[in-house]
Amino acid sequence: MLQFILKRLGLALLVAFTVSFISFSLLFLSGDPAAALAGETASGEDVEALRRLYGFDRPMLVQYGEWLFSAMQGDFGESYYFRLPVASLIADRLSVTMILGVCGITFALLTAVPLGVVAAIRPNSIIDRVALFISVAGQAMPSFWFGLILIVVFAIQLGWLPPSGTETWRHFILPTIVLGYYAMPAIMRLTRAGMLDVLNSDYIRTARAKGANERRVLFRHALRNAIIPVVSLAAVQMGFMLGGSIVVESIFALHGAGYLAWESIARNDLPTVQALILIFSMFYIVFTFLADVLNAWLDPRMRSS
Amino acid sequence: MKSTVLKSTITGLILAAATGAAWADKADDTLNVAFTKELENVDSYFNSSREGVVLQRAVWDGLIYRDPVSNEYMGNLATEWEWIDDTTIEFKLREGVKFHDGSDFTADDVVFTVNYVADEANGVKTQRNVNWMKSAEKIDDYTVRIMLKEKFPAAIEFLSGPVSMYPSDYYEEAGPEGMGLKPVGTGPYKVTEVVPGQHFKLEAYEGYHDSPKGKPSIKNVDIRTIPDVNTQMAELFSGSLDLIWQVPSDQAEKLAERDEFQVSNESTMRVGYLTLDAAGRSEDSPFTDIRVRKAVNYAINRQELVDALLKGKSKVVYTPCFPSQFGCDEEAAVEYEYNPEKAKELLAEAGYEDGLTIDFYAYRDREYAEAISSYLNAVGIDTNFKMLQYSALREQNMKGETAVSFQTWGSYSINDASAMVSQFFKHGSLDYAMDDETLEYLNTADSSTDPEVRKENYSKAIERITEEAYWAPMFSYNTNYVTTNEVEYTPTADEVLRFTTASWK
Repeated sequence: MLQFILKRLGLALLVAFTVSFISFSLLFLSGDPAAALAGETASGEDVEALRRLYGFDRPMLVQYGEWLFSAMQGDFGESYYFRLPVASLIADRLSVTMILGVCGITFALLTAVPLGVVAAIRPNSIIDRVALFISVAGQAMPSFWFGLILIVVFAIQLGWLPPSGTETWRHFILPTIVLGYYAMPAIMRLTRAGMLDVLNSDYIRTARAKGANERRVLFRHALRNAIIPVVSLAAVQMGFMLGGSIVVESIFALHGAGYLAWESIARNDLPTVQALILIFSMFYIVFTFLADVLNAWLDPRMRSS
Repeated sequence: MKSTVLKSTITGLILAAATGAAWADKADDTLNVAFTKELENVDSYFNSSREGVVLQRAVWDGLIYRDPVSNEYMGNLATEWEWIDDTTIEFKLREGVKFHDGSDFTADDVVFTVNYVADEANGVKTQRNVNWMKSAEKIDDYTVRIMLKEKFPAAIEFLSGPVSMYPSDYYEEAGPEGMGLKPVGTGPYKVTEVVPGQHFKLEAYEGYHDSPKGKPSIKNVDIRTIPDVNTQMAELFSGSLDLIWQVPSDQAEKLAERDEFQVSNESTMRVGYLTLDAAGRSEDSPFTDIRVRKAVNYAINRQELVDALLKGKSKVVYTPCFPSQFGCDEEAAVEYEYNPEKAKELLAEAGYEDGLTIDFYAYRDREYAEAISSYLNAVGIDTNFKMLQYSALREQNMKGETAVSFQTWGSYSINDASAMVSQFFKHGSLDYAMDDETLEYLNTADSSTDPEVRKENYSKAIERITEEAYWAPMFSYNTNYVTTNEVEYTPTADEVLRFTTASWK
C-alpha cells in the first residue's frame, strides 16, 4: 500500500511539473512579460529597462530551469507585480479561497445529495420537478448574475448581509451560496440518476423482498453505491472551486487565489502564476487521490482493481 | 452588445432595489473609497497605476506643487528654486517639516531620494519620470542642487508631480518593500494600515506643514479594492462607500438621476488615437501613402464618437497631445473634418478604388474601437478587428508589426507636451513615423530652457505630424466621480483624486 501511495505521489509531482512547464511556455506566447509588467503608462524604453532587469531576454528554458531549481527548495521567488515573496502572497490569498471552496462544496453536497435522493425516490413527483428546476436554473444562471441578484436582495434591499469583503463570517455567506449553487446541479443530477439506477437493480429488489427496512435499503444499500461517482465528481468540483472561483471572488471583492491567478496572468506576473498553477494542479491531484481512496472504501471491488 | 444589455439590467436592478441607506461614516469621520485595481506597491516609484498616483499625492510631497486649476507652480517642500545653469537647479528647502515617523526633512533626504531613484539599477518602474536626473548634492542642511543629465525644461513639471521626497534613513533600511507595507512621507495623510492589494487606511497627519495642498478636512480615509463596478455601486447603496470614481458613463447617468448621489464629470489627460504605419515597419503597410493616412483621418466622425460613447467632458482632439499641456498648440494642428466622400476619393487616388483590407488592433475600450473600425469599413477600409491583451499588443507595436492600432495615452498627468508627443515621435520603438524633421523639432523643444523656443518647436512638430497625418488623434477621455450627498468633492482635470479637498457637507 505504501509503495502504491509513493508511486502515486511521484506520478503526481511529474504531472504537476509537466503542467507547470506547459503553462510557462504558454505564458510566454501570450504577450511580452516586460510590457505587461511595465503597465499602460510606461514608454517603450521603460519596457526595455524592465526586460533587462528581469532577464526576459534570456532563453525561456533557462528561465524555467532557474525557476524550477528555486521552487524545489521552496522558494517561489518574488512577485514581479507586488514585489513581495510569492509564498507569503499566496498564503494570504489561499486561505480565503480554501474557506470559500470548502464552504461551497459543503453547501453543494448538503443540498444536492438529499435533493437528488428525494427526487429519485419519487420520480416525476412535484419534488422531482422542483429539483429539476433548481438544477436547470443553477446551470443556466451565470455566477456573476446570481451573485448580483443576491447582493441586491440580501445586502441592499433587506440589509441583512454585507455586499463584499472578508472581515467576518457573514461576508462569506453570499459567496458560498453562489459558488455552491454552481457545483450543485451536476452533483444533484448524478445522485438522482445513480439512485434511480440502483433502486431499480436486482439486489435492491432482493433486499426489499427479504423485508429489509426501507431506510436501510435506501441509505445502506442504494446510496452507498449511488454516491461513488458523486465522490469523484465532488473532488473535481472542489479542485475547480479553488482555481475557478474567479468570478465569485471578483464580485464579492474577496481577493482570493483564484482572482489572483486571473489577474497575475493578465499582468504576466510569472512567479505568481507559476506557483499558483503548481499549487492548483497539486490540489486537483490530491483531491482525485483522496476520492479514489474514499471510493475504494465505499466499494471494496475497487480495492482489488 | 449582450454584456451591455446585461450590465444595464444589473445597474437597473441595483437602482430599483436601493431604498436609501443610512450614511454612517460622517459620524466617525471616515471617507470610504473604492479602487478598482489592485495596487502593486504603495511605494510610488514602484507602481505605474492611476491609483498609485492618488496615494502618492496623499502620502508624500514633492519639492514643488502645481495648482491643478491655475497650473501655477508653488513651493511645497522647497520654498524657492533657481536654475543655476542649463542642467542644475538649486532649491531652498522648507524648514521644520517632519516625516510621519517624526524625523526631520532636510537636504539629506532630497540627496538620498534623487540619487536612489535616478540610479537605473534600483529599478524604478516608470523610468522616464526619474531618468532625466543625474544626481543631487547637498549645499547645506536646507539647500540642495539637483543635476540633470542634459537640458530638460520639463524638470519643474516632473518635480511637481511624480518625484516625491522620501525619508533617507528609513528608506535606506526599509527599501521599496518596507515602504510599500509601511509608507512614511511628509504628505497630508499618513498610512495606518496596508493589506497588499486589498485595503489601505489613511489618517490625516496632524503635523502637516503649511503646504499649498492644504490640510485635510476629513480625518480618515478607508480605501478598499473592489474590482467589480456593480459591487462598488451596491456598496454605495448599502452605505458602506462614500466615493467611487471611474464609473462608466451609462451607470453614472443612471446614478445622476437619483437624489442621494452627486455625480461629477471631469476630463482627463488621456487621449485616444490611431497610429498609422507611415514608416512601413509592418509588412505591406498601405499607410506609407499619405493619401491613405489622410483618408483615415477624414473617415472618422470624432464628434459623434464623443457624443454617443464618451460623453461628459470629453472633447474632440486633433493634436498628438492633450490641449492643456504646455506646448500643445491646437492652432498648429490640421483639423480633419468628417468627410467620408473625401476619404473615398483619396483612397481611390491612392489606387484603392475597390477598398483595402487591414488588421486593426485594439487593447481597451472595445466599443470605441469597434465604432472606429466601422467608420473605416464605411469608406472601404475593411478591418480584421483584433482585440488583444495589452501586453501582447504592446509587444507587436514595439516590433513594428501593427499597421493600424487604436491606442490611448494619459501622459502620467504631466502637463507638458513632451510627455506625449516626444514619447512617440523621437524614433523610439513605438514610433511609426520615423520622421527626421519631427525629430529635430522635438529635440530642440525638449532641450531648450526658453519657453518661447519650446512652444515654437512643439507647434512645428504638431503641424508636421498632423499635416503628414502620421496619427489620427480622436478624443480625450473623462472620468465620472460619484459621491453620496454627504460628501463635497470637486474633481480636477488631471484625474488625481485628492482627499485633502474632500469634505463633509
